[in-house]
Amino acid sequence: MNFAEIMFYIFATLTIGSGLMVIFSRNPVHSVLFLIFAFINTAGLFVLMGAEYLAMLLVVVYVGAVAVLFLFVVMMLDIDFAELKGGMVKIAPLGVPVAVALLVELGLVVGTWAFPKNAELARVHPYFTGAETSAVLDGPNNTEALGLILYTDYVHYFQIAGMILLVAMIGAILLTFRERKGIKKQDVAAQVGRNREDSYEILRPASGEGIKGKGA
Amino acid sequence: MEAIWTFLSERNWDAPLMGALTTALQTLGLMIVLLIALAFLLLFDRKVWAAVQMRKGPNVVGAFGLLQSFADFFKFVLKEIIVPSGADKAVFLLAPFISFVLAFIGWAVVPVAQGWVISDINVGILYLFAVSSLGVYGIIMGGWASNSKYPFLGSLRSAAQMISYEVSLGFIIISVILLVGSLNLTDIVNSQDRGQGMLNWHFIPLFPLFVMFFISALAETNRPPFDLPEAESELVAGYQVEYSSTAYLLFMIGEYLNIVLMGAMTTILFLGGWKSPIDIAPLNQLGLFWFGAKVVFIFFLFAMVKAIVPRYRYDQLMRIGWKLFLPTSIAYLIGVAGLMLLFPGLADWFQSWRAG
Repeated sequence: MNFAEIMFYIFATLTIGSGLMVIFSRNPVHSVLFLIFAFINTAGLFVLMGAEYLAMLLVVVYVGAVAVLFLFVVMMLDIDFAELKGGMVKIAPLGVPVAVALLVELGLVVGTWAFPKNAELARVHPYFTGAETSAVLDGPNNTEALGLILYTDYVHYFQIAGMILLVAMIGAILLTFRERKGIKKQDVAAQVGRNREDSYEILRPASGEGIKGKGA
Repeated sequence: MEAIWTFLSERNWDAPLMGALTTALQTLGLMIVLLIALAFLLLFDRKVWAAVQMRKGPNVVGAFGLLQSFADFFKFVLKEIIVPSGADKAVFLLAPFISFVLAFIGWAVVPVAQGWVISDINVGILYLFAVSSLGVYGIIMGGWASNSKYPFLGSLRSAAQMISYEVSLGFIIISVILLVGSLNLTDIVNSQDRGQGMLNWHFIPLFPLFVMFFISALAETNRPPFDLPEAESELVAGYQVEYSSTAYLLFMIGEYLNIVLMGAMTTILFLGGWKSPIDIAPLNQLGLFWFGAKVVFIFFLFAMVKAIVPRYRYDQLMRIGWKLFLPTSIAYLIGVAGLMLLFPGLADWFQSWRAG
């Protein structure tokens, strides 16, 4: 058993364990925290496979941004746990077939699994992880290889994906945006653009006459 | 002697345990250096702050108060840890540890001199970005688990603030990466050495980004003027209200270590890392010194900002992040990418480190 293999079993066990805890923990905030832990361990598995770029993206995008917002929402919701548990029986007739179908599909996928080349290589060279094999080669590294494919062969799919996300974002903003009239707002440009001339005026009112002119 | 040095500097992966032991010793060495440096940086921060306000600052413990941080350390450690009733105990105690550990693991990829790095990975800058974006978890968990209003408000503010500023930080980093052509931190530093000393550092062609990065770093580390998650006039001490003793100490070490890490990031991305400002013989051998000096300089700027700038209002903070920094950094990114496409000679000049 070499170092990479030991790390694989640690990461894999923790991923599955925290995945189960997502379902089984009673507190939804704990569930989200376990989900985050599962993400981080999955990133570790990606690193062992030599997919360092994907691993970092998983942490930056899912753990660093998506899960934070998710946690944010779950923390502010006031969920009644007893009611949630009571709903189990009602959902069961629908849930069981879905679960069985998913299990069968997963079984089919795993049944036809073929080990990728890097994994075989790691077994032949006990101290190599996938990361080292991709670093030893003089070719493009992980990031460059992904970029070379993504921005040449698949550039249209990439742009379509970006467009869909943009439309979704605009849609979400439109749904929640409401313009409130009659409230005071700070106009920063107007504040910064103020100058001495139109801000104040020096007047010398004569005694008993009061102020005359612009400021009056 | 020679054998010991070889053992400490080169990891022998033929015997996996020896390699792992070397790595562990190197990590331990870095941690000790960081913690001791941090003790004096904390004092430095307070001294700068005091000097601006015409006070003397800590001057009782040790000569010039040099041992003040160590005295504070013992004060924190020897006090009682109080867990509020109704708090989620596990998460409450986990939060400071997460802050503390996350502040340390970022340093694994920081090169302090040529070849002096724990892990020289290909995606170094992404790793640093990922770790700094994880820092929010310690704060949000601590605030939620305290089961108290002020900490919760503080942690919500912090989450929104850190996510907002990460976006512009990301775009700034992409501009730098475009100039360098690599995500590796050692490559990023080496690309800023084209024989003209500090004239080659990235802060000259990317000066607006340098300023924006510095301000975003202030917001990302919850430093004044953006310390709204712990604004004492509104939220007492924000997410830290319920923390005492060692747990509070871990939060504080994590917070300051993150500031130093941001300083190291600024140094690597914009100020040429361990490179000497003037590329002549005795000066360019002092890699460690230059790196340390630049990080301390950035830390000094952080301290000065804390001393002289009043706190922002929350909506103004969000406005700067989304309406000013994000469009400007995207525009600069497009400008950099366009110029490098238009003038291939320029791109070759910036990426001339690849030839060497």
